[in-house]
Amino acid sequence: MTGNVLLQIENLHATVEGREVLRGVDLVVRTGEVHAIMGPNGSGKSTLAQVLGGHPAYTVTAGSIRYEGKDLLALKPEERAREGLFLAFQYPVAIRGITNAYFLRSAVNAIRKHRGEEELGPVEFMDALEEKLKLIGWDDSYLNRPVNDGFSGGEKKRNEILQLAVLEPKLAILDETDSGLDIDAVKTVAQTVEKLRRPDNATVLVTHYYRILTHIQPDIVHVLSAGWIVKSGGKELALELEERGYDWTREPAPVA
Amino acid sequence: MTEHYVRDFQTFASNGAAGAPAWLREIREGAIARFAELGFPTMKQEEWRFTSVAPIAETRFTLAPAAHSPLPAPAEVERLQLGAGPRLVFVDGGYVRGLSSLAGLPNGVYAGSLAAALQAGPSGELARAHLTRLAHWRDSAFAALNTAFLADGAFVHVPAGCVLAQPLEVVCVATVGGSDGPKVAHPRGLIVVERGAQAVVVETFASLGDGVHWTNAVSEVVVGEGARVEYYRVQREGRRGYHVATTQSRQERDSYLGLHAITLGGTLARHDITTVLDGTGAELILNGLYVLGGSQHADHHTVIDHARPHCASHEFFNGVLAERAHGVFTGRIIVRPGAQRTDSKQTNNNLLLSTEARADSQPQLEIHADDVKCTHGSTVGPLDPTALYYLQSRGLSPETARSLLTYGFAAEILGRMRSADLRDRLDRLVRAELA
Repeated sequence: MTGNVLLQIENLHATVEGREVLRGVDLVVRTGEVHAIMGPNGSGKSTLAQVLGGHPAYTVTAGSIRYEGKDLLALKPEERAREGLFLAFQYPVAIRGITNAYFLRSAVNAIRKHRGEEELGPVEFMDALEEKLKLIGWDDSYLNRPVNDGFSGGEKKRNEILQLAVLEPKLAILDETDSGLDIDAVKTVAQTVEKLRRPDNATVLVTHYYRILTHIQPDIVHVLSAGWIVKSGGKELALELEERGYDWTREPAPVA
Repeated sequence: MTEHYVRDFQTFASNGAAGAPAWLREIREGAIARFAELGFPTMKQEEWRFTSVAPIAETRFTLAPAAHSPLPAPAEVERLQLGAGPRLVFVDGGYVRGLSSLAGLPNGVYAGSLAAALQAGPSGELARAHLTRLAHWRDSAFAALNTAFLADGAFVHVPAGCVLAQPLEVVCVATVGGSDGPKVAHPRGLIVVERGAQAVVVETFASLGDGVHWTNAVSEVVVGEGARVEYYRVQREGRRGYHVATTQSRQERDSYLGLHAITLGGTLARHDITTVLDGTGAELILNGLYVLGGSQHADHHTVIDHARPHCASHEFFNGVLAERAHGVFTGRIIVRPGAQRTDSKQTNNNLLLSTEARADSQPQLEIHADDVKCTHGSTVGPLDPTALYYLQSRGLSPETARSLLTYGFAAEILGRMRSADLRDRLDRLVRAELA
C-alpha cells in the first residue's frame, strides 16, 4: 500500500476508572486501507475505539495519536468528527424526540459548516439521503422515527452504517458493528463498507468475529491482547484465529 | 380564608348571576357550601403533599368583573390563537363576541357563550344535560369554587356525525392590573362531541399583563360513541399568575380522545385531569408537557379511569425543569372490576437542567381486574452524558447537543399531536420557551 499515513498511534496507554486497559498500542493506518482489529473480550478493542472517538471517561496516560499529522488527542470529540473521523458505536444511544432525519442533517451540516460549505436545507438533504438509504435497504419510515428509540439491536447498528454512508468520513472506526447481527445484516454492513471504500479514506473494523471478514477484504489484521497489538498479518491471520481461537496469540505484556 | 369568597358569592348571586336558571342557582348554592366545608387544601393532604396553595389562600382575590372595558385589542388576542380557524374569546371568564370569530363552523354546531346558551331553549337543555356532571365539585374545593361562581364559559356542541374541518379555539385571557387588588376568574368550558362526530378543540389560557392574578378553571369534555376528539390545552399565563385547573373527560364506546396538556406559564400551577373510559373499545392518549424555569411550580394530577373492558390508554408526560423549577406528576390508573383486556401505559420523564431543579413523580396503579396489560415508569435526571457524547461524536457542539437533547424531551410529546398545524405552532412556542 502506498497511501498517505492517515492515523499514527504510538505507544498508546489509556485507563478507564483508574484501570490501565491499553498498554502500548502502535498502529499505522494509511489511506485506502481496511484494518481489522480482533481480540478476545477485555483485550482493549473497544477502549481503543473510544479513545479514538474522544470518550470523556477514558484517560490517555502515555503515547500519542496523530491524525492527518495533527495531534488527535488535542481535539474534542466534535472537532474529530468535523475533521472526518467517524466512530460507529458498539451501543448506539437513543435520542428521544429527535427524528433520524433531523439528527443526520444536523451532523452533516455541522461538518459542512466546518468546511466552509453551505448548510443543506431539509429538502436538499432528503434528496441526497435517498441513495444512502438504498445502500442499507431502508425506506423513508426510519427517517421519521426518533434516533434509535425503540430500534432493535440490528436496526441500531444499521443506523450507524447509515450515518457512516451519509457522513462519508476519511477514517471510519467500526466498534463491533457486526456483533449481534444476523448473517444478512452482517453482509449489508460489509457491503456498505466495501462500497464506501475509496483511495482517500480508511476503515478500522474492530471485531470479535471472523464472519464479517468473509465479505470484506482487510489489508491488515491485528490481534489486540491484554492492551497491545501482539500480532499483525494478512487475512490469513484472521482465518487462523477463527480456527485456533485467541489463546495461542497471548504473550506477556511488555513492562509499562 | 374561605369567608370572603362566601361573602363575594352572596353579592354575586344577588347581582350579576341572577339571570341564571333555577337548577344552576341551586348547584351554585351547593357548591359554595361545599367549598366552605372543604376549605383550601393543605400539604397534609396526600393529594397536595408537594404543592402548597398557601399563596393563593392568603391572597385576597376578588372576583374579576367579566369582560369589562376597556377590552383588549384584537391583535392581543389574535396572537394567542394557534391556528386561523374559528375562535371564542373570553376575557376574565366572560364571552366577548366582538373578539370572537365563528366563520367556517358547520350548521348545527353550537359554539359560544354558555351564559347565552342557558338562556335559550334547546341549547340550554343540552348544556344542562352535561354541565357539572363530570367535574366533581363535591370532592374538590377548587372545582366547587369554580362551580359556585359559574356564570359564563365556552360551550361547544358538535352534533352527531358532524366533522369540524378546522380546529376550534377557545382563548381565555386574564386581564391584570387595576387599582383594587388581585383578581380571580373562574373560566368554564363544556365540550360535547356527539356520536360519530369529529372535532379538534384548543383551549388557551393567557394573561394580558404581568401582575398577580388567579385563574381557577374547570373544563368538561364529553366524547360520544365513535366520536374522535383532539383536545389541546395550553397554559401560558404570566410568570406571576396562579393557575388551578380541573379537566374532566368521559368517553363512550369506540371513541378516541387525544388530550394534550401543555404547561408553560404561571408561578404556581396545578392541573387535575380525570378521564373516564366509560364504553368498551374507547381509546385515550393523554399527552402532557411542562417546561418550567425560574421558581415556577407545576403539579399535574392525572387519573385514568378504566371503567369498561377493551379500552386502551397511553399516557406520556414529560417535564423540562430549569433553574429552581419544581415539577410534580402524580398519575393514577384505575382499572375497575370487569374492565378486562385493558391496555394501559403510563410514562413520566423529567429532565433536570440545574442542580436546584426538582421533580417528584408518583405513578400509581389500582387494578381490580385480572386480564389486563398495565405498565408504568418514570425517570428523573439530568441530560444523559453518553447521549451528549454520541451527538458530539457526530460533530455537534456541546451546546447544540444539550439543546437538541432538551428539545427532544418536548418534541417527543409534540410528536404525538395529530394536527400538524397546531403541532408546528406549539413547537415554535415551546422552542421559544426553551431558548
